[in-house]
Amino acid sequence: MTGRHLLPIAAILSLGQALTAGTLKAEQPLEDTAAKKPATAKPVPAVAGDEIEVPPPPFSEGIYPCSDCHEDMEVNRKRRKLTEEHENIVLKHDEKNRWCLDCHDAEDRDYLHLASGKKISFDESYLLCGQCHGTKLRDWKAGVHGRRTGYWNGKKKYLLCANCHNPHSPRFKPIPPKPAPRRPVPGLQWKRKREYR
Amino acid sequence: METEKGISMNRITRRKFLVGTAAGMLMTSCGPKRLYELARPDLREALDRMEKEYAVKYGKAVKVGSEGPIKGVKFAYALDLSRCIGCRTCVHACVHENNQSRDPEIQWIRVAGIDKERGVDLTHADYYYHPDKVPEPGKFYVPIQCQQCDNPPCTKVCPVKATWKEPDGIVVVDYEWCIGCRYCMAACPYGARHFNWGEPGLDPADVNPDTHYLGNRPRPKGVVEKCTFCIQRTRKGRYPACVEACPVGARKFGNILDPDSEVRYVIENKRVLVLKEELNTIPSFFYFYGV
Ligand code: HEC
Ligand code: HEC
Ligand code: HEC
Ligand code: HEC
Repeated sequence: MTGRHLLPIAAILSLGQALTAGTLKAEQPLEDTAAKKPATAKPVPAVAGDEIEVPPPPFSEGIYPCSDCHEDMEVNRKRRKLTEEHENIVLKHDEKNRWCLDCHDAEDRDYLHLASGKKISFDESYLLCGQCHGTKLRDWKAGVHGRRTGYWNGKKKYLLCANCHNPHSPRFKPIPPKPAPRRPVPGLQWKRKREYR
Repeated sequence: METEKGISMNRITRRKFLVGTAAGMLMTSCGPKRLYELARPDLREALDRMEKEYAVKYGKAVKVGSEGPIKGVKFAYALDLSRCIGCRTCVHACVHENNQSRDPEIQWIRVAGIDKERGVDLTHADYYYHPDKVPEPGKFYVPIQCQQCDNPPCTKVCPVKATWKEPDGIVVVDYEWCIGCRYCMAACPYGARHFNWGEPGLDPADVNPDTHYLGNRPRPKGVVEKCTFCIQRTRKGRYPACVEACPVGARKFGNILDPDSEVRYVIENKRVLVLKEELNTIPSFFYFYGV
């Protein structure tokens, strides 16, 4: 059985062609969000119809519900440097055109909102990202952008966009690589060969 | 009468002798039959014996499974070159999942680091890069493992037919039948086959006890081994270990006959390529640009 006959082989190029044509995109750094803590989780309707489980939003310890602090706070819509709280949050995401309250709901801080004004919960933050990154959302739902775990023929889990991308600074940060393979020692092959006999 | 009796007794003795020897040979794990030729009950018996041997050797229960190919399933893999950052998380996840020898070191996945400027030239690839952080500017990375070719040069050169392609597309090795001639290694254009020159160094604590007889069960010295798309996982519906380990989500796996699978989506919507296409090996392993 050859899988090839099933494929649009015209789309298959040789690696050489693809690279000399300069199609490789610059790799970008990886963000580590593993240290963050779970809250709630809501399954995603996948392209094929079945529901797919997502992990809870990767909030930091103790930050959610936001309303604990924000309920009685005056909303300050001014673009400014935050000093009293969240001073570690520095927008590096189209920051010239964007401010916190474009994504976070001003009146109910426990929610995000879409451009339409529709409130969405944090476990559906991908809908927010998808407003501006439509093709990425589509690829993600098809399991091609981002990561699936579980069963290729059954129950799957997705990572949320926010599990990999910090929404405030989504660019990946580089990470240390795992150890390199040992270099072959010249002559060892022959020594091993003797041992092997 | 006397003579006849003598003859028949002789026969019985000889048969008993043969049966005894056959059983004895299986016991010492160099059975007289290819494992795939054994009838199901006999195979299970042979695997039970393997399990006993492993229990003694590693001091813990090791399960040797024999899940067969699933009807209507042909496995394929797709790797996103625009995401891979060369971190080698997959390499080490694979070593742990598949009981590779730690010393001498065997790794089924090798990651080629290549200068973007140089273009793709696997002969100039650096497999030993070790910067503080990856990705390095100006570099891209191509992880290479068994491509599970539909036209595999490796299986054709095996003089004893100890390696073959299964109906679900996985190229496997029968470690009981492999004679260690390494012709298949010479034939593989991807360097994806590895030989156990020495006794595999596998700490009992490191043994993954969930194994398959054509896959990750601990190997003896003197046989060839390779990636099997994690046969012990994928035939039970799970994703391969490397897919689940990849921190950037560059690795995709599934049934290419299923129009809703991730691999089909990739092939239908992305720019896809195969390594060394000109050799007509027809890999089941695709590389693509997810951007
Ligand atoms: C592009 C939309 C977007 C913008 C702009 C944005 N945020 Fe967020 N923010 C999010 C999303 C989505 C999350 C949820 C992350 C998660 O799931 O853990 C979040 C999480 C947070 C959290 C919780 C972080 C934690 O440690 O768990 C705080 C606090 C926050 N945002 C404050 C801000 C502030 C202050 C600004 C402006 C300086 C801002 N956000 C701008 C989308 C945005
Ligand atoms: C410990 C109390 C506390 C918690 C919990 C908290 N905030 Fe805040 N937040 C503040 C304070 C105080 C400010 C004002 C900071 C300043 O002006 O320097 C602020 C400012 C903000 C702003 C800037 C806009 C504004 O209204 O001033 C956003 C957006 C915001 N918070 C979002 C969140 C989100 C989302 C969460 C929950 C994930 C959250 N906060 C949780 C205390 C909190
Ligand atoms: C209102 C539109 C908008 C929303 C909502 C939005 N983005 Fe973006 N995003 C942009 C724009 C514009 C850029 C390109 C400019 C930049 O990189 O700063 C961008 C860039 C990015 C990048 C590439 C960053 C880089 O430096 O390469 C990532 C990753 C990303 N966004 C992820 C997300 C995620 C995850 C969310 C949801 C939490 C999200 N975006 C929500 C508009 C948006
Ligand atoms: C498994 C981790 C992971 C998840 C989950 C994930 N991404 Fe990404 N994303 C990446 C990696 C890796 C890159 C490539 C590195 C880069 O270019 O920054 C990337 C790149 C991007 C980019 C930059 C454009 C590009 O193609 O390079 C955007 C925009 C983006 N992702 C949006 C999203 C959105 C929206 C979601 C959720 C629907 C999401 N990502 C989920 C890992 C992830």
